[in-house]
Amino acid sequence: MTKKIAVASGKGGTGKTTISVNLSHFFNLRFPQKTILVDCDVEEPNDHLFFPKALEESSEEIFQQVASINTDACVYCRDCVEYCEYHAITVIPPVKYAKIDPELCHSCGACFVACQHQAIDEIPNSLGHYKQQITKEGIRLAQGQLRIGSPMQTTLIKEIKKRIDSKAEIIVYDAPPGTSCPVVETIADAHFIVLVTEPTPFGLHDLKLTIELVRELKIPFSVIINKAGLGFEKMHDYLQQENIDILGEIPFSKEYASHYSQGEILSHISEDISKTYQEIIDQILIKLAI
Amino acid sequence: MKEITILSGKGGTGKTSITAALASLAQNAVFCDSDVDAADLHLILQPQIEYQEVFEGAYIAKIHEENCTNCGICEEHCHFDAIHQDTRGQYFINPFQCEGCRLCERVCPTQTITSTRSTHNFWYISNTRFGKMVHAKMGAGEENSGKLVTQVRNKAKEIAKAQKADFILNDGPPGIGCPVISSLSGTQQVLLVIEPTKSGLHDIQRLIALIRDFNIPMMSIINKYDINMDMSLKVEDYLNKEKIPLIERIPFDTRFVKAMIEEKSVVEYDPNSEISQKIKHIWEALTENFKKIQ
Repeated sequence: MTKKIAVASGKGGTGKTTISVNLSHFFNLRFPQKTILVDCDVEEPNDHLFFPKALEESSEEIFQQVASINTDACVYCRDCVEYCEYHAITVIPPVKYAKIDPELCHSCGACFVACQHQAIDEIPNSLGHYKQQITKEGIRLAQGQLRIGSPMQTTLIKEIKKRIDSKAEIIVYDAPPGTSCPVVETIADAHFIVLVTEPTPFGLHDLKLTIELVRELKIPFSVIINKAGLGFEKMHDYLQQENIDILGEIPFSKEYASHYSQGEILSHISEDISKTYQEIIDQILIKLAI
Repeated sequence: MKEITILSGKGGTGKTSITAALASLAQNAVFCDSDVDAADLHLILQPQIEYQEVFEGAYIAKIHEENCTNCGICEEHCHFDAIHQDTRGQYFINPFQCEGCRLCERVCPTQTITSTRSTHNFWYISNTRFGKMVHAKMGAGEENSGKLVTQVRNKAKEIAKAQKADFILNDGPPGIGCPVISSLSGTQQVLLVIEPTKSGLHDIQRLIALIRDFNIPMMSIINKYDINMDMSLKVEDYLNKEKIPLIERIPFDTRFVKAMIEEKSVVEYDPNSEISQKIKHIWEALTENFKKIQ
């Protein structure tokens, strides 16, 4: 059965992408050709930057069917306006104006039910792009890229997940930052969650918020401390007190940051880092009982 | 009164540390944390809350089993696949999948579905050692963060007007999606905090394209500029081409973390350091720029 592992963090810039790319790399060594990395940070997808030689397998624009008013049939009764919880519909009867804002429409279907005059149609509205690549190591990389200006990141994540090959052994979801709906959409179907944090007051604060969410979703999780050694002790105290497993710690290194900045993280894996990731993978596999 | 919004596209580039540092220099300003998903500015500004209010979030529907006939009409109508049957065949709604459209409530023939708005979000007006601050705390997994951002910004504007403040400093969220759109509309100036990495450059390009749609003037700084000089130069070339003024280059400096641990801004932590001087220069450049516009 496919095992899905989500990498999340709350705070941005803690190293979700670095860890997701590395985990996929090391999972792929164990499950060659059967590991998929899905970049769910559709607002700012970055995973592809670390696989510059990946070959494109497929690409498509993704549309959402949004509601639209056919003014030939509309009687300007405003029933649809009453039903729309997203304030996407404007109808001004005296001037016979009726329009649905495609950026606000959630495609819930309420206006179709409200309208007694068959005056509502569906039209496609672009959410962004889906792209699937194969890296030279054999990792399948799937990503969504939100159309600039679209506020529908959560819907796009849902659409991307529908396109993922279900025959894979391991799927790694790289989550967006934050703790709201796009994060929930990313992690809700995961079997295990890796929370990436950095040992700073901001890192700890946002980690706590994310743990609150993950506990509500009742998904097992552990923590990776990235940029370890920045000098904030309360992180360990908290994790110990809460009985949360630390899968591994990746020390802060300015040299590593420099490699990262150029998109070179897989070509510069030191023996220590490699060992840490191997151990992390072992622990995750035990937790997933593979 | 001018509102300056601090954005970055990529997370973790230093938006909040920079905002806090600018806050410690600003006279007669109101501060606003628009990153309601993972708000951190309060960890440095240490606000004393003087007023708080619940922000009603999206509706969440619930099926009351007593009158439910399990006819399945709600499930047929739900476009979000949020309605499921348990092992007894009883329908139920997964609150995390429900998007609050209330269609199930309207089509239910036995009126057994009700919707309530979540009450897990709060917004606050607080006092800080630098001035008033408006901020929020979102419940885990909540929707509508964009609307909460709008609420926080509107409050900050009200307060700034009432106290005739010169500035609002608005710490923005990462990304380019709905909370960012909500933190941008109507702002007078964007300050971009850019990290010189491939990801940082990729993400700022998407953010700049979004800000261009809103026609808002931008200024920029490169943070941690010395982690990779080649990438920093690439960022500078790009900014040049886009005609976005680069007002400062800030080196990687562990003082930012040390200051954070002491709940101070980096300017308070070490006022005479090179980075504090650079932050002062950023603030001068921002304020000078507004004088020019007027």
